[in-house]
Amino acid sequence: MKYVDEFRNGDIARAVAAGIASITDPDRHYKIMEVCGGHTHTIYRHGIKDLLPDQVELVHGPGCPVCVLPMGRVDEGIEIAEHPEVIFTCFGDMMRVPGSKGNLLEVKAEGADIRMVYSPLDALRIARENPDREVVFYAIGFETTAPSTALTLQRAKKEGLENFSVFCNHVTIVPPVRALLDSPDLRLDAFIGPGHVSTVVGCRPYEFMSEDYGKPCVVAGFEPLDLLQSILMLMHQLDEGRCEVENQYSRIVPWEGNLQALKSMAEVFELRPYFEWRGLGFIAQSALKLSPAYADFDAELRYSTPGVRVADPKACQCGEVLKGVLKPPECKVFGTACTPERPLGALMVSSEGACAAYYNFGRKSFEKVEIGSK
Amino acid sequence: MSEQREQRVLDALEENRRRPPKFTAPRIDMSHGAGGKATHKLIEGLLLPTLSNPALAPLADAALIPFGDNNLALTTDSYVVRPLVFPGGSIGELAVNGTVNDLAVSGATPVGLSAALIIEEGLETEVLAHEVEAMAAAAGHAGVSIVTGDTKVVERGKGDGLYVVTTGVGVADPELSLSSASVRPGDKILCSGTLGDHGAAILIARGDLELEAEVLSDTRSLIPLVEAVKQAAGPGLRFMRDPTRGGVGTVLNELARDSGCGVVLWEEKLPIRDVVHGACEILGIDPLYVANEGKLLAVVAPEVADGALEALRVVEGGEEAEIIGEVREEPARMVLMHTGFGGTRMIDMLVGDPLPRIC
Repeated sequence: MKYVDEFRNGDIARAVAAGIASITDPDRHYKIMEVCGGHTHTIYRHGIKDLLPDQVELVHGPGCPVCVLPMGRVDEGIEIAEHPEVIFTCFGDMMRVPGSKGNLLEVKAEGADIRMVYSPLDALRIARENPDREVVFYAIGFETTAPSTALTLQRAKKEGLENFSVFCNHVTIVPPVRALLDSPDLRLDAFIGPGHVSTVVGCRPYEFMSEDYGKPCVVAGFEPLDLLQSILMLMHQLDEGRCEVENQYSRIVPWEGNLQALKSMAEVFELRPYFEWRGLGFIAQSALKLSPAYADFDAELRYSTPGVRVADPKACQCGEVLKGVLKPPECKVFGTACTPERPLGALMVSSEGACAAYYNFGRKSFEKVEIGSK
Repeated sequence: MSEQREQRVLDALEENRRRPPKFTAPRIDMSHGAGGKATHKLIEGLLLPTLSNPALAPLADAALIPFGDNNLALTTDSYVVRPLVFPGGSIGELAVNGTVNDLAVSGATPVGLSAALIIEEGLETEVLAHEVEAMAAAAGHAGVSIVTGDTKVVERGKGDGLYVVTTGVGVADPELSLSSASVRPGDKILCSGTLGDHGAAILIARGDLELEAEVLSDTRSLIPLVEAVKQAAGPGLRFMRDPTRGGVGTVLNELARDSGCGVVLWEEKLPIRDVVHGACEILGIDPLYVANEGKLLAVVAPEVADGALEALRVVEGGEEAEIIGEVREEPARMVLMHTGFGGTRMIDMLVGDPLPRIC
């Protein structure tokens, strides 16, 4: 397929992998975190770890927006969806995320009108077509999806749609990364910066990583060659003792970001003082809510969601696994209280989470596999 | 962490996996119908323990029942596709082909079909007549007759226009012994053509996605393809399946689990149409989990694999057949794919519905 296959070329991959191997110090262990869930997906899907030297380990970060949503927020979404007049709309991958009593798929089975959409604009269309119903959009995602929610709300306001509201769960990428960097037991050497988020926020927000914490960061695209090249760029920085923010995804990501999108976001959203992350606890200024100008569209106000906090079980050690301190099976609840079917922590929610992968495939989830030739 | 402790955790997981599953969901949701892990749990945790009997136990595409000197093959399937007519086919054709195919991949020759029509009040007669004609044409093509049936009409809103249930009876070929237990390390895995055409055609035809692409459902009778493989592979034919719901990824996981062997795939050998590949990329779903309605997966002994491949390729509908992988001792009970990029990837059974990803 044109414009895709070029970025999945096995011959070029081998050449880049050889470049990485040539500057790898055999006596050193490198831990590189990919922050973004989309990168984790690419790494699994194309088997990138098999192309890296044994010394280079990829650690999957906190950047899967559905995985990090705390149970309380899922429960509140479900509560809204259960109102008989509500058509509840959300992205497909939200459907299976567990709250304390179940997920949206189960609530749909109980009779709630829950519809999967590909864009918040689809939710807006449903609102126009159903003037006698209340349409709520469950907004999730980092700065990647926040501009489309902002645009949708601007349009709803312009049209004066009264039966549309948004349950806002947008989060921001920098605070959780800073929280990780602040932890004293951090064992990471470098970061692969998120690509889609950066199309909106640009590369500047990551400068604190190199300047304040001495960790190199390369913003990367989502094809496997993008990732491999980013790893090579990070290895060059580590090899040469440089520490910078670099942009591998320059074909899409402008250094200053998308000013139009940022302007829309600034009009529609404001920062929450704090927000809870599944497995990571409360992080200050890490999420967005609707600004006072858009309060009429705020489902939290319209349905007076109580803001109940459902505590992560104390035994959950996602934070330690994320920081690279623990391996999944070392967590106290792994495989017992926390399983892919009844996940407690973020890393068990998505099938690509480190814990879910380990649960399904054991050591093969992170070991290199020799499969021989055809 | 000590290796011993890690091993204890892994052993406990493995033991847990071998235990018969319990069905604990308080209600049925859509994932229970997607053909993946949740469907398995429903069947093995709720249906199988209650209905338990030797013919049901293998959970094959068709059950084999000893009858005189022969084995009768019996299968049933219900069709609830929306829209009723889609590019490349329609519900009537699908309902006949699907049941014929379940018999064919079980090594049986169909001798008769039944059809039950559940019709929603208000359905236009013209639509119904079209589907009955489609059923007759598909049955004629497969060389079988619809010999009995039933009609029910349900109130408006209680059905998507038309649901069709077909049951098929066949006589199993006594020369064949097809089962996951016959599969051996070294055996080759053949796929008769491109993956995911039916599922992609339906997703696009529903029009919810505002995606326009020319994808046709692959619905067809597999009898000619099965005959070709049978002739070419002889006793080297070990196992056949019809990878419908859950796709090739799910069927091969079932094979790996039931045979105790590992399955290794080569990504660059997977036949996938560009347009299906493109649609799946945009929607964030994997063609390995997308439904097929006219594809044969066959496991054959290595020495007959090339002959079987050539035999498939000269049959209509098998032109794009490939040897997509092979059976190995390791990784036992798992499916692993060698990616085109040069790495490896574990292929799990479909979890839930093939839902699109946002990130």
